[in-house]
Amino acid sequence: MGNRCAVIGVGQTKYRTKRADVSLAGMVREAALEALADAGLTFADIDSVVVGKAPDMFEGVATPELYLADALGAVGKPMMRVHTAGSVGGSTALVGASQVQAGLHERVLVVAFEKQSESNATWALSTHSPFSASLVVGAGGYFAPYIRAYIRRSGAPANIGMMVAVKDRINALRNPYAHLKIPNIDLAMVEESMMLWDPIRYLETCPSSDGAVAMVLASEQAAEAAGAATGRPPAWVHGAAMRSEPMGMAGRDSVDPRAGRDCAADVYRQAGVTEPRRQFAAAEVYVPFSWYEPMWLENLGFAEKGSGWKLTEAGATAFDGDIPWNPSGGVLSSNPIGASGMIRFAEAAQQVRGQAGEHQVAAAVDGSRLALGHAYGGGSQFFAMWAVGARKP
Amino acid sequence: MTTQASLPPETPQTSDARVVHVLEFPGGYTRSTGPVIGRFLTGLRSGRLFGVRMPDGRVLVPPTEYDPQTAAALGAADEDWVQVGPAGTVTTWTWVDDPRPDHPLDRPFAWALIRPDGADTALLHAVDSGSKAAMATGMRVHPTWRAERTGAVKDIACFAPGEGPAEVPALAPAGVPTPVDGPASDGEAELEPVSMVTLPHRLEYRLRGGTVWNHFIDGMAVGQIRGTRCAKCGKVFVPPRGACPGDGVPATEWVDLPDTGVLTTFAVNNVPAAGAPEVPFISGYVLLDGADVAMLALVSDVPWQEVRIGMRVRGVWVPDAERTRSVKNLKWFAPTGEPDIPFEQFEEYV
Repeated sequence: MGNRCAVIGVGQTKYRTKRADVSLAGMVREAALEALADAGLTFADIDSVVVGKAPDMFEGVATPELYLADALGAVGKPMMRVHTAGSVGGSTALVGASQVQAGLHERVLVVAFEKQSESNATWALSTHSPFSASLVVGAGGYFAPYIRAYIRRSGAPANIGMMVAVKDRINALRNPYAHLKIPNIDLAMVEESMMLWDPIRYLETCPSSDGAVAMVLASEQAAEAAGAATGRPPAWVHGAAMRSEPMGMAGRDSVDPRAGRDCAADVYRQAGVTEPRRQFAAAEVYVPFSWYEPMWLENLGFAEKGSGWKLTEAGATAFDGDIPWNPSGGVLSSNPIGASGMIRFAEAAQQVRGQAGEHQVAAAVDGSRLALGHAYGGGSQFFAMWAVGARKP
Repeated sequence: MTTQASLPPETPQTSDARVVHVLEFPGGYTRSTGPVIGRFLTGLRSGRLFGVRMPDGRVLVPPTEYDPQTAAALGAADEDWVQVGPAGTVTTWTWVDDPRPDHPLDRPFAWALIRPDGADTALLHAVDSGSKAAMATGMRVHPTWRAERTGAVKDIACFAPGEGPAEVPALAPAGVPTPVDGPASDGEAELEPVSMVTLPHRLEYRLRGGTVWNHFIDGMAVGQIRGTRCAKCGKVFVPPRGACPGDGVPATEWVDLPDTGVLTTFAVNNVPAAGAPEVPFISGYVLLDGADVAMLALVSDVPWQEVRIGMRVRGVWVPDAERTRSVKNLKWFAPTGEPDIPFEQFEEYV
């Protein structure tokens, strides 16, 4: 895995439907400045900048990394953009981490963002080639058949998705950065919301958000120095991996993709995790549609195949459960697409740093358990994950 | 100096020709300007060019939000703003013999970098010099302002040779004349500062289907679904693939497939979209008999409440007389009425 690497600063904008008051550059800079302040640093301390966002069509800004160099203090430094569809926030963090792990840089600023209000993501996702029929409308239209297949395969009760939708929105009430705040949410409200892409209801769907997230990643020496200076402990990277697979491969399991299982296995091997449900104190997992919680519970090895929904049903993944999933409210509560993966990684880091505020999971800070950050993208084709902990690996 | 080549003539549309593919979002995408760029654009609307002063005293035009050297925020204080020009000096240029439809001028013109008087950087704009021979680095130019100003760089129609005068016409449709160095006119003062711009979002491609796709379409033109088989794993792909995604080897053997199969899973779509069928519509994955990947297809001729995983389906085609060289010949899949197939028999194809 190379040299040790740690998160020493985290910054987020508040996620909103529309940030009309700032430019794209101004919004991204807000998150970067907050991360630098958290780390007790300035742009001058940064050796390299890595940015990530979803496809260019989501905002219509080509090569945004060139436009953002001024705002991110990247002039005269290495700067690059990472592009792995919806998982890009996660893979951007991992590209930055690899620059530290390889010994190239002491401090790397990683930033992910989306300003979705300037554009239309559903349209941008539905630009079919003239050679095929136009039968998929947005991400929900793509994922709904796989959710239906999961329900059929697992025999899960119909209310599991609604339980996730309620749980993550209740968690969001504790997170000052979260976009959706629905204080009176309950199963009945979710059930009564419009069926958009059967079996996905409106309230089982992620919102469309403007926002950005940033982290400062540091070498062992730089992390110890920052921790001593700020009094805020680093989150050490214990395991990190990415995997991908093609969409139209014969025999591919689109419900339980092998790339996701392989990616998790690699991270767990590096981090010494053999029982994820017991060894992780919290997990921030990319769940853009409610049913993806039980699906990923199985894919990530927290439950046997076909029984992920039983953890959700028993309340194990709730804030007060034995393995809280998405204590921040998750993608279901805030979704600036390109940033959503890195938000998962950053929230996992905040949990083990003890910096998660009102949505802090108490068990995450004693150092004996880890936190998982997870992202996926494309047609469940790209996976990025890391395991972070309060103790050095 | 470069000379812009003419665009190639349009390729005639034949069955094997490139297909024009336009991606255009109706109404365009927006850009929140933020306060700095918004102030510059508001200035353009009032017929004035503004720059922003950096801490080292230099003046940037157009302004940037952040100091390119130190990343410090710029333009926070009123005294950081400097009115520049309107006349300026060409620092470099290139000639355009054949203007494109979206160029600012419909006659030959120069793209030039123009440093307005009082500025330390240059902005890009068109110079209407009449001829290439009339262009020179170091020449003096002045802006030609439009009456229809919206707070955009196109509020300057172009630059023209000479010192001016750079008259600013009244803001159309109902403005009053704005003195170049005076306060904003009454008409201008009533407008909100510019904070958002809307820009067209359009991409145009010319695509070719390629050998594999063309053979598939030739089959669809006569009501025959064709797939390809991987020489290594033996799996059959439909729509056909030129190479096996699993083995990475050519999949060149053609296989004629029936138009019957099983619906492996589906969505009931209630979200309307341009180009998509009327809602509610069923999009589903049909595993054709003999194929190894399920193909995305429309399911119809059945109430949506009665659509089931495992349902046997058959293709419904347009009448022979209406066939074209298109996937649209296969309208949708409809139930055959045969008994459902147990999920376990096709689960691996989901």
